[in-house]
Amino acid sequence: MSKNGLAIEIEDLWFSIEGRVILKDINLKIRKGDFLGIIGPNGGGKTTLLKIMLGLLKPQRGTIRILGDNPQKVSHRLGYVPQDTDFNRRFPISVMEMVLMGRMFHSRLGRRYKRDDRLKVEKILKQTGIWNLRDMPLGKLSGGQRQRAFIARALVSDPEILFLDEPTSHTDLDFEMGLYEILNEFNKRMTIVIITHDIGVISSYVKSVACLNRELIYHSHKEITKEMMEMAYRCPVELVAHGIPHRVLKSHRKD
Amino acid sequence: MWEALHYEFLRNAIFCGILVGVICAVVGTLVVVNRVVFLCGGIAHAAYGGIGIAIYLGISPYIGATIFTLIMAIVMGVISLKNRERSDTIIGVIWALGMALGILFVDLSPGYQKDLMAYLFGSILSISINDLFFISIVTALIILTVSIFYKEFLAMSFDEEFCKVIGLPVTSFYLILMVMISLSVVILIKMVGLILIIALLSIPPYISERFTTSISKMMILSAILSIIFILVGLWISYRVDISASATIILVAGTGFLLTLIIERSRLQFKW
Repeated sequence: MSKNGLAIEIEDLWFSIEGRVILKDINLKIRKGDFLGIIGPNGGGKTTLLKIMLGLLKPQRGTIRILGDNPQKVSHRLGYVPQDTDFNRRFPISVMEMVLMGRMFHSRLGRRYKRDDRLKVEKILKQTGIWNLRDMPLGKLSGGQRQRAFIARALVSDPEILFLDEPTSHTDLDFEMGLYEILNEFNKRMTIVIITHDIGVISSYVKSVACLNRELIYHSHKEITKEMMEMAYRCPVELVAHGIPHRVLKSHRKD
Repeated sequence: MWEALHYEFLRNAIFCGILVGVICAVVGTLVVVNRVVFLCGGIAHAAYGGIGIAIYLGISPYIGATIFTLIMAIVMGVISLKNRERSDTIIGVIWALGMALGILFVDLSPGYQKDLMAYLFGSILSISINDLFFISIVTALIILTVSIFYKEFLAMSFDEEFCKVIGLPVTSFYLILMVMISLSVVILIKMVGLILIIALLSIPPYISERFTTSISKMMILSAILSIIFILVGLWISYRVDISASATIILVAGTGFLLTLIIERSRLQFKW
């Protein structure tokens, strides 16, 4: 437990690739138990920021603390659902085998998975509604089912923070609603950080919103401001306001 | 055909074929699912550099090849981990440089080198008892390593990024894979020659991948297929009196084509 109860602390963080600035002066503090939605245009640095938080990339400047520590030190306490779950479709692996990977850290090197690991996987597969698919080859699953399998893999390690990178990009609306219900349930136990395009759905489930387009604007309550939209999209945006389902905000002018 | 078994060299060749079939299946499966077939080709050809240097120094070419491929494999492994986007180019460069180095050192060596073709195209019919002993040890080591660390190799092969997040020493396992590849390459140079190695490492796992749902089953089916290809190839080459290594590769290639044709017609006629 970090002493101040913060899940994520980022201060003055910069990241660039070959001289091109991807992230500029990012500051962000997220409490434990939060449900943060990160929105922003493609190429705005969302996935990069996520990878920095997971310890996969190192920033050139600034400090980042996850659960009060260096991301690489605590990354085994984090859950991660990648953006692209469509890779390796021909890889011969069953749903069960793939989800068991999430127990890797709890299991010793060179040892088989134990009964406890399998029971944990069974529980999570039932919660995510894909227990009946456990023996199916992963490649035969639909987009939504695959996505659930990857979420299950992230959840079986009992993560303290769950990161999801656009989990609804290959799926249908039914799956989305179901997904957010599941996440809401898990949010009682863990902090959740989700990257999404889905502004409409996000505003009904998340607790706070950040908008990232090289720079980051953060609101500790679930409000998507006009400022965010302008920074994020710089083009006409149709925004369905939360609570008023059919009101579309006026487009702002291109600059 | 049984009278052939009276010849010791044929018995050795058959025994060697079975062991190599197992090596190709286990290592080849990891090679195919990790998508490092091209890297294997690079290691195999760069090995010629080691052979050339060994001939020049007057030591055993296979010892030279072993040391050199181990170094090259680790160099290529590190490069391909660090720089995924251009790793194919760098592997291609090392591939050619290794061969060039080999040719140069052989040129510099005194005397006429009559056995060079054996390294390029293998000489399964000249496998000795000592070779068999070495091959058996390597086979045992590879099976042991992969069965102990099966779940780690599976996870690394499927999703490297996820493994990094959960703290699996991905680089170490990747380098262990590189070591297993280089040992297999040296054995395969002896058997089918460095030019034909990629075929034996990739064809059986490629076919098996289509009919299996886990990499352990893929390894078992690949082993059965490799052994069939090798023994059928050996038998044909003995009957018709043609080059054993080329025949083995052509038998494997025929299996590969048949799989593609069967798969196409399955899609076309939906059976």
